[in-house]
Amino acid sequence: MENLIRKLTETYGPSGFEDTIRAVLRAEVEPFADEIRVTPLGNLVAVKKGRGGEPRRMLAAHMDEIGVIVTHIDEKGFLRFTPIGGVSPLTCLGARVRFENGTLGVIGVEKREDPQKAPTFEQLYIDVGATGRADCPVRVGDAAVFERPFAAQGRRWVAKAMDDRIGCAVLVETLRQIEPVAGDVYFVFSAQEETTLSGAMTAAYGIEPEMAIAVDVTGTGDTPESRPMAVELGKGPAVKVQDAGMIAHPRVRDLLVQAAEAAGVPYQMEVLERGTTDAAATQLVRSGIPSGCLSIPCRYVHTPSEMVDREDVEGAVRVLLQALRIP
Amino acid sequence: MIDLLRELSEAFGPSGHEKEVRQVLRRALEGHADRLWVDALGNLHAYRAGTAPQVLRVLITAHMDEIGLMVVGHDESGGLRVRPIGGIDDRVLPGALVWVGPDRIPGVIGLKPVHLLEAGEADKVVRVDNLVVDIGARNKEEAQRLAPLGTPMVFATRFGEVGRLVKGKSFDDRAGCAVLAELVRGDRLPHDLYAVFTVQEEVGLRGARVAAYTAHPDCGFALEGTIADDLPRKKDVSPTSELGKGPAITVMDRTFIAHRGLVRLLVDTAESLGIPYQFKQPGVGGTDSGAIHRAHEGVPSATVAVPCRYIHSPLSLLDPADLENTVRLMRESLARLTPDNIRNT
Repeated sequence: MENLIRKLTETYGPSGFEDTIRAVLRAEVEPFADEIRVTPLGNLVAVKKGRGGEPRRMLAAHMDEIGVIVTHIDEKGFLRFTPIGGVSPLTCLGARVRFENGTLGVIGVEKREDPQKAPTFEQLYIDVGATGRADCPVRVGDAAVFERPFAAQGRRWVAKAMDDRIGCAVLVETLRQIEPVAGDVYFVFSAQEETTLSGAMTAAYGIEPEMAIAVDVTGTGDTPESRPMAVELGKGPAVKVQDAGMIAHPRVRDLLVQAAEAAGVPYQMEVLERGTTDAAATQLVRSGIPSGCLSIPCRYVHTPSEMVDREDVEGAVRVLLQALRIP
Repeated sequence: MIDLLRELSEAFGPSGHEKEVRQVLRRALEGHADRLWVDALGNLHAYRAGTAPQVLRVLITAHMDEIGLMVVGHDESGGLRVRPIGGIDDRVLPGALVWVGPDRIPGVIGLKPVHLLEAGEADKVVRVDNLVVDIGARNKEEAQRLAPLGTPMVFATRFGEVGRLVKGKSFDDRAGCAVLAELVRGDRLPHDLYAVFTVQEEVGLRGARVAAYTAHPDCGFALEGTIADDLPRKKDVSPTSELGKGPAITVMDRTFIAHRGLVRLLVDTAESLGIPYQFKQPGVGGTDSGAIHRAHEGVPSATVAVPCRYIHSPLSLLDPADLENTVRLMRESLARLTPDNIRNT
């Protein structure tokens, strides 16, 4: 899976600008899917046909990542910007960003009254090496992502956009390995999760599944002086109980627990106090869809260096394969 | 179009109380739409069949409602206690003239005369909860009779000219309503047009949500009156939009990310015809598109806005040239729209 994860995390794809990452994912899933479609908002849906029975299930991992979008270009060619999704000004200092057309930008900061205080986005700018508006290679409305190469070290993988390309990798791997189960399985690579959850919401409307499982990253409580949280890196994938946007449907939660135990994969239960996933949107679609989430523990979420454990990732694939076999 | 904008601007229509605006629009559209009806939430739908053999269903919305205040209590002395309907800036309230209720009882938002201010008071903004609307009632009973609990009110602003510009209240979004009415009244378009004048945008995009469900469109546009803050500023940073520089196209705001194919269509149309346009500063505000794009299996959406100075205050200014250019940009873009513009690969 390592090469796949490297490829997915290093690909460009901020919310609303998913064309490139969608093409990469499409090439990965095309040989294994019985049917492929792209929805009006740009979700990529790969269908694995079942043996003609029930239930119809949907798995969702979002392909979009956080980033920045240009709001203004000044006379000297410096760009002002605003975040796409949850970006902290702290991770912007000294960061490099990459635009869709390949342009590299460096984030700089104005002089501040109090250099000890974190800057605001209004005090930051992007320098693309232009000498004025005329030779600036990007326009207002162009989006960029943080630039950082993938790295593997020991048991861990580190990259930007691990949230949620790692979920995408888990879905691709699950699709590659799965034998037909009773019902159809819909693998959804969703758009616009980081901003509005609109991708998964509308995909679920179209698919009308009997159950939806999001596969996404979650935080951990295992780093120095971290916010308390009973999830650790390397202790297995986490079965979500609840987060800031939803309470997992008990049937989905129990199915994932049952699958982990049957597959002999160590797992953890997860309560996340901040943040949510596509499952928060899918549960409210039509007359309600039982929804839950299988989480990949991840340190430093929403920074350009998100870290996961390879055994957690591989375990997640085995849990999903098992869960899909359970009627 | 300016005459319609005048009538729309002066109409009484805070969120949830859009009847008067709806009546103005109904009169303006009678005879131009193939079907004209009002839905359960109060949205006014105008349908016009397209001329092309293979048509798309195109939803275009503009919201009828405006921000305002609502009576939530009565003082012993006859004053009205109020709370905002939608996003109102407390700073602009004291001393403003309001129309209370659809019968337009005149009211004044009270304020302490400058002579009586105590030290420190002059620097502070009085919060809306501490303001009193004065309708000249003698006592609580009279106030309750004239303006019962729940009575809505809007700023009492007459439409007029200010140099090359026009002034009025509620250009957010009566400007959008005027543009949309013009699109319905003009030549028939290639695609099926579902023009919907929506309710309750200012309190959560509620009308647009059900309008998009009903229309089940292939793509959607929201027409708006948006923030123009082209005022002197200390450093070279972005204005949200600027007066006189043409329609403002949204790339991303707090509620949605515009469909790239539709943004490209709008930009290419503007550039090929020499219609001025600008991008609205990304990340700011929200429009009906925030609800439309989430309908059914998802709807490729875009927002196009007429720049207006001082929106969400008693009075805003717009440039009639921007209004004309917004109509032209929309009409020409819709004429060029094909399924390719909204196809994702």
